[in-house]
Amino acid sequence: MSDILVSEQSAPGADGSGRPSGRLLEVDDLRVEFRTRDGVAKVINGVTYHVDAGETLAVLGESGSGKSVTAQTIMGILDTPPGFVTGGQVRFHGKDMLTMSPEQRRRIRGEGIAMIFQDSLSALNPVFTVGFQIAEQFRIRRGMSRSDAKKRAIEMLDQVKIPNAKGRFSNYPHQFSGGMRQRAMIAMSLALDPEVLIADEPTTALDVTVQAQIMDLLGELQRERQMGMILITHDLGVVADVADRIAVMYAGRIVEEADVYDLYRKPAHPYTLGLLNSIPRMDEKGQELRTIKGLPPNLMNIPPGCAFNPRCPMAQPVCREKVPPLLQLGNGRASACHFAEELVNRD
Amino acid sequence: MSDPNTASIVSTPPATMPTEAGSGAPTNAGLPESAKQNKPRGLLGDAWIDLRRKPLFWISATIILIFLVMAAFPWLFTSGDAVNGSLDRSRVEPSSAAWFGYDVQGRDVYARVIYGARASIVVAVVSTVLTLLVGGTMGIIAGYRGGWVDALLSRVADIFFGLPFVLGSIVILTTFNGSGTDNGEWTIMGLVILSLSVLSWPVVMRLMRSSVLATKEADYIVAARALGASTGRIILKHLLPNCLAPLLVYGTIMVGSFIGAEATLSFLGIGLKSPVVSWGIMISEAQNYIRVSPYLLFFPSAFLVAAVLSFVMLGEAVREALDPKLR
Amino acid sequence: MGRYLLRRLLQLVPVFIGTTFLIYWLVWSVPGDPFAGKCGDRGCPPNYRAMMTEKYNLDESIWVQYASYMKNLLQGDFGITFGGREISDIIATSYPNTLKLAVVALAIEAVIGLGAGILTGLRRNGFLDNLVLVSTLFLIALPVFVIGFVLQWLLGVKWGIINPTVSNEMRFSELIVPGFVLGSASMAYIARVARTSIAENRRADYVRTAIAKGLPMRRVVGVHLLRNSLIPVVTLLGTDLGALMGGAIVTEGIFGINGIGRQVLRSIVTKESATVVGIVVVLVLVYLIMNLVVDLLYAALDPRIRYE
Repeated sequence: MSDILVSEQSAPGADGSGRPSGRLLEVDDLRVEFRTRDGVAKVINGVTYHVDAGETLAVLGESGSGKSVTAQTIMGILDTPPGFVTGGQVRFHGKDMLTMSPEQRRRIRGEGIAMIFQDSLSALNPVFTVGFQIAEQFRIRRGMSRSDAKKRAIEMLDQVKIPNAKGRFSNYPHQFSGGMRQRAMIAMSLALDPEVLIADEPTTALDVTVQAQIMDLLGELQRERQMGMILITHDLGVVADVADRIAVMYAGRIVEEADVYDLYRKPAHPYTLGLLNSIPRMDEKGQELRTIKGLPPNLMNIPPGCAFNPRCPMAQPVCREKVPPLLQLGNGRASACHFAEELVNRD
Repeated sequence: MSDPNTASIVSTPPATMPTEAGSGAPTNAGLPESAKQNKPRGLLGDAWIDLRRKPLFWISATIILIFLVMAAFPWLFTSGDAVNGSLDRSRVEPSSAAWFGYDVQGRDVYARVIYGARASIVVAVVSTVLTLLVGGTMGIIAGYRGGWVDALLSRVADIFFGLPFVLGSIVILTTFNGSGTDNGEWTIMGLVILSLSVLSWPVVMRLMRSSVLATKEADYIVAARALGASTGRIILKHLLPNCLAPLLVYGTIMVGSFIGAEATLSFLGIGLKSPVVSWGIMISEAQNYIRVSPYLLFFPSAFLVAAVLSFVMLGEAVREALDPKLR
Repeated sequence: MGRYLLRRLLQLVPVFIGTTFLIYWLVWSVPGDPFAGKCGDRGCPPNYRAMMTEKYNLDESIWVQYASYMKNLLQGDFGITFGGREISDIIATSYPNTLKLAVVALAIEAVIGLGAGILTGLRRNGFLDNLVLVSTLFLIALPVFVIGFVLQWLLGVKWGIINPTVSNEMRFSELIVPGFVLGSASMAYIARVARTSIAENRRADYVRTAIAKGLPMRRVVGVHLLRNSLIPVVTLLGTDLGALMGGAIVTEGIFGINGIGRQVLRSIVTKESATVVGIVVVLVLVYLIMNLVVDLLYAALDPRIRYE
């Protein structure tokens, strides 16, 4: 790790934000809104989660639930305008990144926290070779010479199992297949040996067969390097194999957080339950799929009370009045449902 | 031309306005985001809402309206004589009697700039309509037919496109309207219109062609064709409305640039000629007195610039409103 | 690439022939008697008529005339004026002046237009942005001769900063204002295209990736963003060089520059048909070649474009 980060860590609480919790990366009560000409959309409404070294947190949710926006806020690549952070903290080694100087933040990107994007075709610069875009980091951030940087970049391509890495170095992104391009993207994000890797739907744009390969690769690299990984996805199937913990998001809030095993066995929120039920199962072939009724809420007009209440099969009058807080249920589990206890305690 | 254009943007969308005004109101409260957005307004409606907020749009539309009225009823603005003057008033400076002064031949400059609007605007608007019609038709045919028709039309367009604009119109106009000829006022106007259109249609054709090519393979067009819609119907009902927006914007801006082009040709002495009154002719006549009577150059230039600018501004405003990427 | 080049060159041939034939026909054939009004009131002497008829095959059909003209042209023979001067001489003396003016205009365009476009594209909706938007609107809207006259009058006559006309030496310092006038409209277009292109690309995913890699802002903008955004601008600049020369007529007239624009206007007035055609041929050729160069440049700048 870089000296800068260590020195930052050595002065915790200098600005009152550093609460030495020992966590690698924490998101604390984060709030983000999008100010558009049609009104203000509250995209993130108090998200709290953390990830430690060597652990994988899966953030699960439908599109529009705010999972990607949270990641963008962590990385500092939120489009402003329209996006504005209105509250909360993002702490890296206990230090709030949102109050850092742009230069301090920049130094964390890439070597503290790195990110993989969903669509590798648009995320890679079309007019530069893949090799250039990887080597660039070694040259600019590490001050390496052109030839050393090239050597390291080829090593990286090798590590993500791109065949003929040397030859591929000078290819352009459009000359790669989707899977290979995503591998190159992974190589690029791991180049500076980050402590945390955020993978924003890394396999959504890929074929199913390739999806598994990429997920395996990511899992392997994460274990090898003992990185903290935040895996953003809407696909429950992807999560089960690689994740340690899962945070489920709905309408800009975490509605449930639990170990993978606990969550699959006994969800503590009706939304999670609905998601699990909507996975097609072999033993129920021929039956109609169970889906969650209705549509995600309009973020400019989130329903009062629990945001999920219009779609919830268990909704009671209290759900329309009170926003359920994210309550700890023990065992590292938490749920934002008025009836979480009942859900967990049922057979 | 420009008037109906703007009018069509202005008149179609108001039906959606009440919904827009109430979009924050509780009527939509329960509706999910996507449903709410799709319902009340389309592209044109959005564009209109954008336009209404732009002072640039209102300013340019107002100026254009004034110029159009000026072209149609110049006597509303002045009672002066634009054509005849008396030499004893030659180059009399602006005063309260003649706001813009008198020119070399003692003609009232104010009356002349007012009357000059007509020739400039008629030439520009007619040339624009002609250019849009010819270029648009060619573009649709080339884009829709493809194959050798496209190749042929594109090469023909290249030929006209390869001619530098000013040079091309000079050659055309001197050939048909040289010093030896004595064409009437309307023939000269027709020739100017013709040369402007002949040299400009390739641009419109390219615009239309790429527009058609882009929409031709769209799913709804393929579906319409699969359902057995005739070619004419597909073009009229499906292709044209989609390609119209860029054409509209281009047309508005083109009126502006044609006003400038007409003036340039008159200025070079090969476009409209006295006794026709036009801004270009006035500027051309004034250039020899630029040192002694700069106001002779100033007033027609100012009118010319205001007219060109307002059309270009209107086109810009519409384009920005129509382009979702720029929001 | 080689095959593409060949195909494009072959495509140029019919366009070149079409354009030049059009001009040839307009200049030589349409007005009727090519000698009308050329030798004063008394008409041209018969031996002179015979010589010119011989030289330009005037007793043959327009097709034969054009074909033999082109044949001579390919051998470098542009013909002679009615006064007996070699047309290639006229072009050789006037063309460099126009080229000089066009290059100065292009340089001014590139520097000011690009600079303004990049600055405003990065910071939209600020004071500078609005200033540039309004001033580019003016530059686009103002006909060249108005800009020319106003600047000539203000800078040359009123304030005496520049010489109102350009001397025969064509010094660089004298060409700045005429170059600005000639390039003004294109400069405005370049500023606008650059601005839109940068504003659009600024939100592109790959820019976001570059930021996420922790690259300094200078590099994100200077390398990743600019390289992509400038592709349309560079192509615009390329096509412009050809267009500027054809459009130099008015500017050359105002500032008294002895370029081909002025030559062509003079030749049109004095009905020197051969000179007109000769100059137009050169202009069209330059224009077409510049367009081809731009297409090739496009491929060099954007690796996604492949030519089969």
